[in-house]
Amino acid sequence: MATLNLVQAINLALQQEMQKDDRVIVLGEDVGPNGGVFRVTEGLHAQFGDDRVIDTPLAESGIIGTAIGMAMNDLRPVPEIQFEGFLGPAYDQIVNHAARSRSRSRGAITVPLTIRVPVGGGIHAPELHSDSPEAIYAHSPGIKVVMPTTPYDAKGLLISAIRDPDPVIFFEPKRVYRSFREEVPEDEYTIPIGEAKIVSEGDDLTVVTWGASLFQCIEALDNAPDDVSIELIDLRTIDPFDMDMIAESVEKTGRCVVVHEAAMTCGLGAEISSRVQERCFLHLEAPVQRVTGFDTLMPYYKLENEYLVNAKRVGQAIEEALAY
Amino acid sequence: MPKTTAYTASIEYISILDEQGKFDEKLGKGLITDEQALDLYERMTVCRQLDEFAFKLQRSGRMGTYPQNKGQEAAAVGSALALTPGQDWVVPSYRENAALFMMGLPMHYVLQYWMGDERGSQIPENVKMTPLSVPIGTHMLHAAGIGYAERIRGTKNVVATYFGDGATSEGDFHEAMNFASVLKSPVIFINQNNSWAISVPRDKQMASETVAQKALAYGMPTVRVDGNDIFAVKYAMDDAVKRARAGEGPSFIEAVTYRLGDHTTADDARRYRDPQEVEAWIARDPLIRTRKYLESKKLWNQAKDDTLQERAKTIVKEVVATAEGVSKPEIDSIFNAMFAEPHTELVRQRDTMRTSSLGKDPSQTGLKNTTQNV
Ligand SMILES: Cc1ncc(C[n+]2csc(CCOP(=O)(O)OP(=O)(O)O)c2C)c(N)n1
Ligand SMILES: [Mg+2]
Repeated sequence: MATLNLVQAINLALQQEMQKDDRVIVLGEDVGPNGGVFRVTEGLHAQFGDDRVIDTPLAESGIIGTAIGMAMNDLRPVPEIQFEGFLGPAYDQIVNHAARSRSRSRGAITVPLTIRVPVGGGIHAPELHSDSPEAIYAHSPGIKVVMPTTPYDAKGLLISAIRDPDPVIFFEPKRVYRSFREEVPEDEYTIPIGEAKIVSEGDDLTVVTWGASLFQCIEALDNAPDDVSIELIDLRTIDPFDMDMIAESVEKTGRCVVVHEAAMTCGLGAEISSRVQERCFLHLEAPVQRVTGFDTLMPYYKLENEYLVNAKRVGQAIEEALAY
Repeated sequence: MPKTTAYTASIEYISILDEQGKFDEKLGKGLITDEQALDLYERMTVCRQLDEFAFKLQRSGRMGTYPQNKGQEAAAVGSALALTPGQDWVVPSYRENAALFMMGLPMHYVLQYWMGDERGSQIPENVKMTPLSVPIGTHMLHAAGIGYAERIRGTKNVVATYFGDGATSEGDFHEAMNFASVLKSPVIFINQNNSWAISVPRDKQMASETVAQKALAYGMPTVRVDGNDIFAVKYAMDDAVKRARAGEGPSFIEAVTYRLGDHTTADDARRYRDPQEVEAWIARDPLIRTRKYLESKKLWNQAKDDTLQERAKTIVKEVVATAEGVSKPEIDSIFNAMFAEPHTELVRQRDTMRTSSLGKDPSQTGLKNTTQNV
């Protein structure tokens, strides 16, 4: 089995799905001969040619709007938006068209579309290249939101997303792109959208996270006292998220800390916290804690490490929840 | 009924100082004085050296991603020469540094910005420009609005907005052109057509033969010029500025130029670009032909050039020292800068981020006396 990083695992999933289904089309800015600015689509243009791998004009609304049309007419487009900060021009197409089409046509016109987007900070990038907008799309009914963190999960989830009959935004934590490798089977496999994953089991407290913050949580768990047993959940799908797994875990542990890179107010942590108190109230030993980004702009890179969630802050929330 | 012609148009192409240094005396007469030409050559040289230095800074970890301007200096200085600093506005993209400096922006701002510090966008009060724009093709709408404000106040001030060939694919570009035309906003749309948008060549970016013709659809006077020719750029700019000051609304200039460097320091153009194409454009370098012009007028020689190169080096070193000399921004600034007054929750987050879990009163948490830093 090959040991792959996130970029390679996503590339492999794209290549295999394109091979298998000639309706799968990759399109976006610089995704052709250049292989995308992160090289995620490397080699696809050489293998599948101009019709299947399109270097588009520089227009995000154009990319998504055109991809929606392709999807309406039985193609399986996988557009790439170069950075999450440039989803802006495509917002209307995503929320007002892709997300609404099935329901408003009562199933007559559907949009099987997978929008790939690098997400999050930590790579010293320019402004608007480091944001975490997943909650905006989770709050928009009609579109699924996925954010795998590890290469194995990314391959399985991307294949599920491409085959999903509805629109999916597939966020790729860019800080992880080349910083973590694991074994990824060459053979086809899928991971269902909507299923979280227990990264490590524990009895005293549940940490729920997703995206690159997973690694800060792992560090925090490593730093925690030996007599504390913490369950770590990687959400993997943001919407619809796996509330059953979270509830089952919190009913066992009685304590919950939610960690995300995005700003606090109306972040997904708020939704998780609310559902935990609805479903697990009588099991709770402490208020649900949140460790999140601040309600500020993601700062330009001189201050980005101060903004990003770190193991110390996660550790502190864990301590507080345990001490309550 | 016989068919008639509903619309015809043609677009002029202007070149005054060509790559051999040949100068069109008729068109070029009185456009740029000798003194100005010397000044522009110096500015282009400094800008080029700033680029080279910035590249090295990035490679040695002293600066983040940086977009070189290399090869496009003439379009910047030739256009800015027609503007009045302190009165006219510039709404930039990121590949016209020399124009920003002519409008009064201290040079270290640009470096400080690309060094990851928002204070590089804290435009001094007497400089009329907006910060560099990261979302491509979206800022030109602001030029339409800024110009409109000047128009209804009855000033004669104009707005120059810069953007690339790729930027003309964004919907906002077309909205900006339409709004500026309909509102008769005194805007000069300056397209730096450098043939590439990262790895996407111009012919994949658009099916139209020129960028200039896009303006026709908005009823806007438009022209295509040799963008590596300070005279051609100035010529078109004078025309456009005159119309704008006279209340005749916006104009469009396509400056045909070339990005001699990588897209940014994060890019490797060898992956997608024919080196022969680059070679051909190196011969059309705006610095080379401006120097030839100055030499032909006996205004320049090797000794003077050597002195200038040394002076440019000194200037750039000082600018780098200034940019690197500023202290690291305070983390509190990210909260304080959000609104005119930070609201209660922001203040709470600001004041608790070092001592406790975010947004909580330390006395109410399970942990007492925590003084951990983030
Ligand atoms: C809205 C938006 N989409 C994508 C990007 C990423 N990006 C940055 S520069 C660039 C190419 C710009 O090309 P062009 O407009 O020709 O300007 P040039 O860089 O050639 O000066 C792209 C795609 C961005 N910054 N903003
Ligand atoms: Mg360009």
